[in-house]
Amino acid sequence: MCGIVGLYLKDSALNARLGELFEPMLIEMTQRGPDSSGFAVYRNPAPEGEIKAVLQHPDLAFDWAWLAAKLMDRFKVDVDFKRVHSHCLVVLAAKEVGLRAEISALVPEVNVVSVGRYIEIYKEVGLPEEVAAFFDLKAMGGTHAIGHTRMATESAVTTAGSHPFSTGSDLCLVHNGSLSNHNRLRRNLERYGAVFRTENDTEVAANYFDWKLQQGLSLEDALYAGIEDLDGFYTFCIGRSDGFAVLRDPIACKPAVMAETEQWVAMASEYRALAHLPGVESARLWEPEPATVYVWEGHKAAGTYRRPLQRAS
Amino acid sequence: MSKHSTGAAQLPEYVHDLKQSDVRALNQALHDLDPAAPVTHWKVLNAAGDHALAVGIDANANVEIMGHVGYYCAGMNKHATVTIHGNAATGLAENIMSGVVRLKGSASQSAAATGRGGLVVIEGNAAARCGISMKGVDIVVQGSVGHMSGFMAQRGRLVVCGDAGHALGDSLYEAQIYVRGKVEDLGADCIEKEMREEHVKELQALLDKAGIAADAREFRRYGSARKLYNFNIDHADAY
Repeated sequence: MCGIVGLYLKDSALNARLGELFEPMLIEMTQRGPDSSGFAVYRNPAPEGEIKAVLQHPDLAFDWAWLAAKLMDRFKVDVDFKRVHSHCLVVLAAKEVGLRAEISALVPEVNVVSVGRYIEIYKEVGLPEEVAAFFDLKAMGGTHAIGHTRMATESAVTTAGSHPFSTGSDLCLVHNGSLSNHNRLRRNLERYGAVFRTENDTEVAANYFDWKLQQGLSLEDALYAGIEDLDGFYTFCIGRSDGFAVLRDPIACKPAVMAETEQWVAMASEYRALAHLPGVESARLWEPEPATVYVWEGHKAAGTYRRPLQRAS
Repeated sequence: MSKHSTGAAQLPEYVHDLKQSDVRALNQALHDLDPAAPVTHWKVLNAAGDHALAVGIDANANVEIMGHVGYYCAGMNKHATVTIHGNAATGLAENIMSGVVRLKGSASQSAAATGRGGLVVIEGNAAARCGISMKGVDIVVQGSVGHMSGFMAQRGRLVVCGDAGHALGDSLYEAQIYVRGKVEDLGADCIEKEMREEHVKELQALLDKAGIAADAREFRRYGSARKLYNFNIDHADAY
């Protein structure tokens, strides 16, 4: 199973309430995924030239001040850091590749959960309600959030194996389903320089889309390419700095429902996760079509990018 | 649960508010009804996407559900009339035996799957696999249906007033499929068949019974080519 949810606020007046609106969506999906949970929140952009990274260490008592001091020393820049349960948010002027290399050399046990200017990912093993409380999700503001409740089927129940998966550049992915060609795809992507941290199939999909975007494809083109190259079952919700997208595989076994009002766009595995949102009674509600990309990007009109499916004849 | 006496001439109406009480209490109350008793009227408030609402009724109940419903609403229904004022998730009226299930909104996948009898009316659209493995139920969809609808359908009628998606009626047996709009493509062993006067008549009667205003003459009829019924010895080399 697994539950996935996404909320994008079109009305900036709601930004301060993002966490308060989003937390019940995540908790409502507990039955679909009680073993671990996680979410990406897009908010507070790092200043121009700087990046935000969310790091995680299995030891709750880990000395983040020590690591921040080491990073300050190495990069010769100011480092802002804030411990949040098992995670730590750091903001500094550095390049993603350099930061990852430095952290892995200093403390190999530290997992880089997310890197970007807008994104912050927090994920942990435990019931969604507990995970949301660890990080005080309901107090978080922001423009949009993507979340996942996991019922693991093909890889270990660990913090690193929880969703969302991010490969950097503010992109993240949550997935309900399972991919069947992820091993071969992982080997192919490794040839192009991708680095994998888990055995998880969703991490492969996140790297695949990141690779396509690096080649210059638009998000919708990257997702349509995914329909050809990813074999298996999936409903994906993909977050980017300025919006989010939804894609279901052509067979569409995995559920999804979407809703849109003047104020927000939301997706969830089941309607009950949306039932508390303001104005949902008069929202436009629909089930996303199979093999069809739905994209919302900041300030752009809501859009569906539909293309005829290539069928084997 | 509260019982309202709505006047001497009318039957009592039971109101079940899902904000106050849970799904299990509702279903137990419906299961406790005597199948031989006269019809009772029920109203279910604040559905909010709950699963398994009004499942397994075997009585002359008339149930109105206000709000969107989750999985398997009105599954295994017998005798009752269940009306949903909203949308439905996977498996609406799954394995319906008899009675009527009417959905005012749209249905997700596998609506009326394996249904053995009765009538399912969907006033919006139905997604993929509508009527999969149906075994005698009549399904009338005012909108369109998604891919693989009527897959392995054995008996009954699937009527689509809009369009049908990819692989309609794949591997079907003796079910009848009527479509007014476009069919994306037909599944294995499903073919278009002649719409004779007897079919126009029975389809019109079904549309009228479903309360859907449509002219039966505008529909095309699809059914089984019956080529998958027996093993074809010419294909022996394929194994």
